[in-house]
Amino acid sequence: MRVTVRLFARLRDIAGASEFARDIVPGATIGSVWRQLAGEYPEFGPYERSISSAVNADYARMDHVLREGDEVAFLPPVSGG
Amino acid sequence: MACRTSYTEDMPLLTIGPAPLELNDLVAAVGGRAGTDGAVVTFIGLVRNHNAGRRVQHLEYEAFEPLALKAFARIAIEVQQRWPGARLALHHRTGRLEIGEASVAIVVASAHRTDAYAACRYTIERVKQIAPIWKREFFDGGDMWIEGATADPDDARARAEAERVACA
Repeated sequence: MRVTVRLFARLRDIAGASEFARDIVPGATIGSVWRQLAGEYPEFGPYERSISSAVNADYARMDHVLREGDEVAFLPPVSGG
Repeated sequence: MACRTSYTEDMPLLTIGPAPLELNDLVAAVGGRAGTDGAVVTFIGLVRNHNAGRRVQHLEYEAFEPLALKAFARIAIEVQQRWPGARLALHHRTGRLEIGEASVAIVVASAHRTDAYAACRYTIERVKQIAPIWKREFFDGGDMWIEGATADPDDARARAEAERVACA
């Protein structure tokens, strides 16, 4: 299965990409994709407790199970206004 | 990007994007409904030349636009639930903004000023809590992403805090 990962703000800067494809195993959750990324990008570590996530442009929890073609987004703490 | 829900059918009430803010258009979109409104309260957020001891040069705003519009729509629904009859317009900018430019405009119309003030304040607090928008600050000597609240629209405590501030 393949999903699209989207990153914003500092997470995007750390990874050097705003969007990329990821192969995942059936049953993979948002959290499992996050842990995979955190393994690749140590600077993601401090965001473990402060990120939000979304699937297909709706907020979703880390235990949300992903499906083929989903777009999963990781959002650092927000600062609009 | 705009959410085409509108009281006047031609003016989107909830908008995010690089276009400059047009406060008068927002006021016209929500205000003066059949003579029943007693107040229109507006808020404009400006890019400030200082922050946390730093001399700010300019800001860059980034947003996850489709989710930001959904967050705005959620806030509008919350406002209608808490202050029945109050109507909201909200426009947030993205991209590079210079010192003194408006980054966000909020307009609330209501029968009574108390509700309009409270709903306006509530809206900016909720934008800061749950809208997927980020500002990057460019200052004398460097730049940094500003990171505030962990966005969780279902966090009842955050919502209650926004309401507490709005009604204080």
